[in-house]
Amino acid sequence: MNKVLMKGNEAIGEAAIRAGCLNYFAYPITPQSEVAEYLSKRMPEVGGVFLQGESEVAVSYMIFGAAACGERVFTTSSSPGISLMSEGISYIVGAECPAVFVNIMRGGPGLGGILPSQADYLQATKGIGHGDCRLLVMAPASVQEAVEMVMMAFPLAEKYRNPVIILGDGLIGQMMEPVVFPDHLKSAPSNKDDWATSGMETRKSNKRNLVKSLYLDPEALNAHNLKLKAKYDRMKEEEIRYVTYNTEGDYSVLIVSYGTMSRVCRSALESLKTQGLEVALVRPQTLFPFPEKAVFDAASKESCRHVLSVEMSMGQMVEDIERSVQGKRPVSWYGKCGGEVPTPEEVMDAVKDLMRT
Amino acid sequence: MQTEVMFAGFGGQGILLSGKILAEAAMDKDLEVAWVPSYGPEMRGGTAYCTVVISDKPIGSPIIRNPMHLVAMNRPSLEKFAAAVKPGGVVLVNSSLIAVTSERDDVDELRVPVTEIAKGLGNPRAANIVALGAFVARSRILDFEVIQAAVRKEFEKKKHFIEMNLAALEEGRKAATP
Amino acid sequence: MAKTFLKPKCLSDQETHYCPGCTHGIIHRLVAEAIDALGIAGRTVGIAPVGCAVICYNYFTFDFQEAAHGRAPAMATGIKRVRPDLMVFTYQGDGDLASIGMGEIVHAANRGEKFTTVFVNNAVYGMTGGQMAPTTMPDQKTTTTPFGRRVEEVGMPVRMAELLATLSTPGYISRQAVLAPKYVLRAKKAIRKAFQYQMENRCFSFVEVISTCPTNWGMTPTEAIDWAQKTMLPYYPLGDLKTPEPVKEG
Repeated sequence: MNKVLMKGNEAIGEAAIRAGCLNYFAYPITPQSEVAEYLSKRMPEVGGVFLQGESEVAVSYMIFGAAACGERVFTTSSSPGISLMSEGISYIVGAECPAVFVNIMRGGPGLGGILPSQADYLQATKGIGHGDCRLLVMAPASVQEAVEMVMMAFPLAEKYRNPVIILGDGLIGQMMEPVVFPDHLKSAPSNKDDWATSGMETRKSNKRNLVKSLYLDPEALNAHNLKLKAKYDRMKEEEIRYVTYNTEGDYSVLIVSYGTMSRVCRSALESLKTQGLEVALVRPQTLFPFPEKAVFDAASKESCRHVLSVEMSMGQMVEDIERSVQGKRPVSWYGKCGGEVPTPEEVMDAVKDLMRT
Repeated sequence: MQTEVMFAGFGGQGILLSGKILAEAAMDKDLEVAWVPSYGPEMRGGTAYCTVVISDKPIGSPIIRNPMHLVAMNRPSLEKFAAAVKPGGVVLVNSSLIAVTSERDDVDELRVPVTEIAKGLGNPRAANIVALGAFVARSRILDFEVIQAAVRKEFEKKKHFIEMNLAALEEGRKAATP
Repeated sequence: MAKTFLKPKCLSDQETHYCPGCTHGIIHRLVAEAIDALGIAGRTVGIAPVGCAVICYNYFTFDFQEAAHGRAPAMATGIKRVRPDLMVFTYQGDGDLASIGMGEIVHAANRGEKFTTVFVNNAVYGMTGGQMAPTTMPDQKTTTTPFGRRVEEVGMPVRMAELLATLSTPGYISRQAVLAPKYVLRAKKAIRKAFQYQMENRCFSFVEVISTCPTNWGMTPTEAIDWAQKTMLPYYPLGDLKTPEPVKEG
């Protein structure tokens, strides 16, 4: 497969097609509208479905309706749009349907801004919608990784019959980088006859399927939520992904950072090394489940004095890091939350400040 | 080795395209590249810019405050970004539209009337390609044949543009290497 | 002795939870009869609303999805776009469709999504306990209009069928009632036609059904029927508002 130079947003659209997802519903919002623009041309070429919905609320239910039929389906949006979709996402979780959401984050709260941000961390990782609702959350740090994660997301959503969300920032969507697309995925949800409303006559059994999230009986709802919890627990066992940098030798500061921000930290780490200052980095690729043990292990190294969360939000990941570190090391935050991406030099300064304390 | 080029000008001057062609060319030479645009309302008529990062190693931060080189297509771009260029870099100034200088004595300032040259070729919209040709020739960031190949690839689907853009590239090269 | 009255095949045996005198049961039956008559139960997906009919899937025997309040037309859109071979209908009340779901129904209708909507208008929120709906009549008392609906404060009732009929795209828009046998027979035909048009992949089809809610209106079933005939029918006239162009031969 050839290397192509592609904008993140377009590559995400193409990745979904190559993951065998030929159904896309969306509503325009900066900075991810190029996904819809790309797929409005591309879906007809591959015999797929493209529809621009009337709102993000409606789109989340178009996704629900299609997912409930057992078809691969996805949408993309940005922060304010994801807030609107969070209603539908809660229903999709409750009704146990697989679907993929992509959030190319921009600044908030409210309209916020349109520049890169990571300020939807808590929203995505702590439930997103009402109820005992969790999503599997993945965070790419390059266009190539965004492609790979989109392609992984569909089988994962089907494995758990639960939505997966890709949390990228505006830069991942807007940047062009070389991409090599993995081979096409073929398999569709294999167990869909057991649950999907695909029409009774399409199935061997005569049983009708019902996709719902209403359980008026408290015992039934309790049992249903325990079943959901078991899935989230299984995600914690089986789906944690992360990358570590420079953790082999001694270091006095451990940085935890994800997405675009982690690349800046990697540059800072290399520059600090040339100055004789050793810093390690843990980059979570899954934000839920969070790589607690990896962070704990890296923070527990005897030489490590501080843990620093570097993110384009007001330290939303700090509490996950603190929980992982279990009080062994102090955890602090550096970042910006207005749309500016901190430079490697700024991260280096923050690290040096920490080393001086 | 990593190097960075910032292309800046009015929205509509083909800034993003010049950057994209350079990035494609570098990618085809198996270098790591990242093309990072400015986006949002400023694209609509204001200053547009993009940065192309080229490296022989995986690229860390794609956000560059101090690029190695600058291609400034209009005066606000030069005034805004000239001070950020690293010492020793090339600053290409579109002298058709910019009367002032970078006021830097530690950079290689190259003044080329790219808009006039493009008009002379019968296509003022090719000013961005003239600038690209001049910049590549002066900075030697890539071999000239590589950028020519990237121009051919970019206009593959609009074949009637290929010759004209290759001519624009060539005029830029001539202006940069007297 | 021959049986003269049979339950439609695609209605389940379960007793409904509806109040005495409620007309949901009749409308369920009309939907089931249409699906049986067309022989499409095996490829039908119903979408339940939020409202009194929230668990209406318990009374049908084919595939069903459960929507959030007002969002059924968006779900139906999702299904029809990815599985155009399925027969899809939404079953929605007035709070669901005409209030919180106004956006979804208008846009689905305007896109000409090829599903069927059965819209039950009984001028009140039923399940939540009788609050004002967009279709509540002027001066009608509800639990949130204890002095009657004041139109100078909250406007006149929304006529959904007329509103949707102003759009160019939707093909079949009809308003019917289930207040007496003659109305029920006409409603039956309209619902059947709506599904027929969908089967022929022709248009979005919409049947509003004027219905009663004796419990929340504080009336006996017969009083409720009288009140609906006298008060609602003059404001909500019955009949087809829009029918699709005849299919050209050849």
